[in-house]
Amino acid sequence: MALDKNQIARRIAQELQHGWYVNLGIGIPTLVANFIPEGIEVEFQSENGILGMGPFPFDGEEDADLINAGKQTITAMNGAAYFDSATSFAMIRGQHVQLTVLGAMEVSENGDIANWKIPGKMVKGMGGAMDLVASADNIIVAMMHANKKGESKLLSNCSLPLTGVGCVKKVVTNLAVMEIIEGGGFKLLERAPGVSVEEIRDATEGKLIIKGEIPEMVL
Amino acid sequence: MNKVVDNVEKACAGIENGMTIMLGGFGLCGIPENSISQLVKLGTKELTCISNNAGVDDFGLGLLLQNRQIKKMISSYVGENDEFERQMLSGELEVDLIPQGSLAERCRAGGAGIPAFFTPAGYGTEVAEGKEVRVFNGKPHILESALTADYAIVKAWKGDTAGNLIFKGTARNFNPMMAMAGKVTIAEVEHLVSVGELDPNQIHIAGIFVQHIFQGTDYEKRIEQRTVRQKS
Repeated sequence: MALDKNQIARRIAQELQHGWYVNLGIGIPTLVANFIPEGIEVEFQSENGILGMGPFPFDGEEDADLINAGKQTITAMNGAAYFDSATSFAMIRGQHVQLTVLGAMEVSENGDIANWKIPGKMVKGMGGAMDLVASADNIIVAMMHANKKGESKLLSNCSLPLTGVGCVKKVVTNLAVMEIIEGGGFKLLERAPGVSVEEIRDATEGKLIIKGEIPEMVL
Repeated sequence: MNKVVDNVEKACAGIENGMTIMLGGFGLCGIPENSISQLVKLGTKELTCISNNAGVDDFGLGLLLQNRQIKKMISSYVGENDEFERQMLSGELEVDLIPQGSLAERCRAGGAGIPAFFTPAGYGTEVAEGKEVRVFNGKPHILESALTADYAIVKAWKGDTAGNLIFKGTARNFNPMMAMAGKVTIAEVEHLVSVGELDPNQIHIAGIFVQHIFQGTDYEKRIEQRTVRQKS
């Protein structure tokens, strides 16, 4: 069975390490906050200007002056801090944030990522994505393996305008966990429960590297 | 030094057609609502607006777009605005999309007297086209230039008569850097107090960066994505 979005988030949450500051993008990445493993303490940064972002507020407790980068109402944890946009991106560019999780429309086997523009169709802007992918040491992409037309999103080369080059380290999809290795290629690390290596190979347009037995994910 | 003007009309009186204006805010959070309404009323045209977002169709900078008052937008993210998309795709509106961190730093640099800086953001993408590339510590960076504006319009939670400002929550966002980068900076505040009432330790932006301050009225503070959880 391929994973659903919550299960993708749950698998990514296993990557979290105690004491990390983490930036979560919009969509599946946001769900990662719901699955922090027990005994691990992390702090979430949102690039519009908060460190120590908490869960959504209860109905009636929303504050227009307290939102995340997806413009959703949020709360602040004890120990949270607010800051301006320049300081926020100093944290990001200065590599003070240990992990960035974001979605993508395409990822290439050398770690390029495209997620901000479809020429002639969708031009919303890159927001903070270009700063995040250019600066973060540790970037995990959370996405479906194929797009809505059923085409692979893991490619030898991205066809859409790039957000960043050679920056993605790991990809977690509904089918697999893959690492992008030096010299190019998606090295298959884990399969979704019940999904075969052949299914993953068929669904991957870019170079998939398979070495030895590939274990199933443990969720 | 007293920076107080009576009202939004007086604060915005010097804004003319064709000017470049920075407007603080992220989405609809921390936007100068009173001044935007005044610009709509004045009908000032051919504006170049520097703002992270472009509001929504019927609020924020979306109001100026509806009125065809904006010639060019410099932003990082402009989703959630159909009129914006229509004007951009039809070529009526010039749009310069730049990475959010670069936008923030370009404003900060403009206010801080730094003409340009190198950043890794956008290297290898269309953002880098025509820009100088240099390698530092083995990593390529692109040269980004500072931004300044004829007017910067910011919104703060509290301000005193000397123009010292305190922001609230994530409504701070781009407001401080833009306040620094305006040749003339207008601050509208929810609470205008006398000098001495604000603790100097708590001030986010010093009055030196503010030329006009006024007590704002009727803040709507609209929420773009109201998201809540249920009590379990």
